[in-house]
Amino acid sequence: MAQANAMLAFTIQRVFQSIVVLLVVGLVAFSMFRFVGDPIDNMLGQERTDADIERLRGELGLDQPFVIQYAKFLGKAVQGDFGVSYRQGRPVSSILKERAPATLELAAVSGFLAIFFGVVLGVFTAIRRDGVAANIVLATSLIGVSLPTFLIGILLIYLFAVELGWLPSFGRGDTVKIGGWTTGFLTWSGLQALILPSITLGLYQMTLIMRLVRSEMLEVLRADYIRFARARGLKEKTVNFRHALKNTLVPVITVTGLQLGAIIAFAIITETVFQWPGVGLLFINAIQFVDIPVMAAYLMLISVMFVGINLIVDILYFNIDPRLRVDRSSAEG
Amino acid sequence: MSALILAWHSDVAWSFRRSPVAVVSLMVVLILVLAAVFAPLIAPYNPFDPASLNLMNGFSKPMEPNAFTGDTFWLGTDDQGRDVFSTILYGMRISLFVGFTAVLFALVLGVTLGLVAGYVGGWTETIIMRIADVQLTFPAILVAMLIFGIAKGVTPVEHRDEVAIWVLIIAIGLSDWVQFARVVRGATLVERNKEYVMAAKLIGRKPGAIMLRHILPNVLSPVLVIATISLALAIIAEATLSFLGVGAPPTQPSLGTLIRIGQGFLFSGEWWIILFPAVTLLVLALSVNLLGDWLRDALNPKLR
Repeated sequence: MAQANAMLAFTIQRVFQSIVVLLVVGLVAFSMFRFVGDPIDNMLGQERTDADIERLRGELGLDQPFVIQYAKFLGKAVQGDFGVSYRQGRPVSSILKERAPATLELAAVSGFLAIFFGVVLGVFTAIRRDGVAANIVLATSLIGVSLPTFLIGILLIYLFAVELGWLPSFGRGDTVKIGGWTTGFLTWSGLQALILPSITLGLYQMTLIMRLVRSEMLEVLRADYIRFARARGLKEKTVNFRHALKNTLVPVITVTGLQLGAIIAFAIITETVFQWPGVGLLFINAIQFVDIPVMAAYLMLISVMFVGINLIVDILYFNIDPRLRVDRSSAEG
Repeated sequence: MSALILAWHSDVAWSFRRSPVAVVSLMVVLILVLAAVFAPLIAPYNPFDPASLNLMNGFSKPMEPNAFTGDTFWLGTDDQGRDVFSTILYGMRISLFVGFTAVLFALVLGVTLGLVAGYVGGWTETIIMRIADVQLTFPAILVAMLIFGIAKGVTPVEHRDEVAIWVLIIAIGLSDWVQFARVVRGATLVERNKEYVMAAKLIGRKPGAIMLRHILPNVLSPVLVIATISLALAIIAEATLSFLGVGAPPTQPSLGTLIRIGQGFLFSGEWWIILFPAVTLLVLALSVNLLGDWLRDALNPKLR
């Protein structure tokens, strides 16, 4: 009972903190609107009169107190209304809806590649820790970590698009529209176009997962119950996968969860290198042209995602790891 | 002189002499830093002086005499006939300047806030560390982009290129202070209760003096490690931002800007315009990184 109460208290505290964070991010986004450039200037042309300015100020509610304006902004943001893009003259929400599938498909494929190859290579390098192949994989992964993402992208473009000419160097290829969702999964050129960007985006996360799985596996493989399993005469495969890998998965799942957000954020770089028409490229263009509504919308969107992922991981952790159930502040000091 | 002899016999110097990786990395970093500092003396051309440019020299291949003018360039030229070697030297200047200044900014901010949070405690600590926690949820590069975007919006159009470098420094610095603050706070919490701090309090030293003169020297070694690793990260962050077009302006190209420019020539076969800046960036970041790794091991008594 006490445990259930602690759980509830922890969850409420975390949810409350997340809401505060989102309110602060919202305040930043709102301040961008309010103080970066004058919205009236942005909307009215050269030939404006003072009467026009006053009228528009009233229409937009800019004559109201700051707190009320902020509350209205939040109310609209919750409903997905971020105003009209300065650059494209269309509602930001519809631009985002158009661009989201590209980023989500790219992130999904990269995430899958990272988890699949990360776990497989991690297990491999742990089991064959002294093998030549395992050490080559490890050394290569070190280089992969120190190469900046955009250079990996350029390198892949040079090799596979310029020199070999096997794969496209930019864009999504042909896409198919299903309802409001455009997908590149259903055409040959769409699938081809996915290969290089998803490798570029997933490589860093893959090495991260690989090294984590490897170190966890090495630790678990030394444990008594593994030795006991071997002594029982179980097959090597059963020991490695059923007994060892299973027990490494808790940290792997949490780290992977946190990396999901990172994949979406780093998609900005990959999308720019490959001119991939997703929200990341949209955000970079918005910064270049100081398109405040798009910047604010992206900021709010990605914050909700990050805060949400963190909240879920925290709560999961609390359930899995009993050590966290003591009061955090006293444990830290 | 005696200080030098003392330094030579210290543990850190000993472990440095025993690590070939550290010696080589430090040499590479020193050579690159010196080359950047003395770029105007070393560079055969001034890439920003239009008078020294000859459009006929455009797209010269490395080490080959140009077909029209007969001039030879070590690393070739770009589309406007600018010597790639010279642009790299000048570009490295910007990259290193932004990297060093940004890390310095992050260090001063983070160490100050960390000391205050750890020493004063209470509400001050809660607020500072909450902000740090929140910022840590977002990738540093994203925070830097956002700060850059906001600053760009605030500055008038005609001044944007002039202030771009400083905006970049502030953006990268602000995105990076959290590491310093967390480590310094943790170390300060430990030091705060030690006897020498009590003694300093008893003789009536002011909190500011205790933090700066007594606690700070004792928490500096992890700060040094983080600063070195942060430098590598800051150089890469700067290159990434400039590559994305939200960093150093084309009038003051950093290595990242050069790579951005060079990417356009990759498809037409002028590989040298992008390859050499990219390799320079890699060597620079990698050697600073290796130096940081070594420093972390050398200063960590647990690993000795």
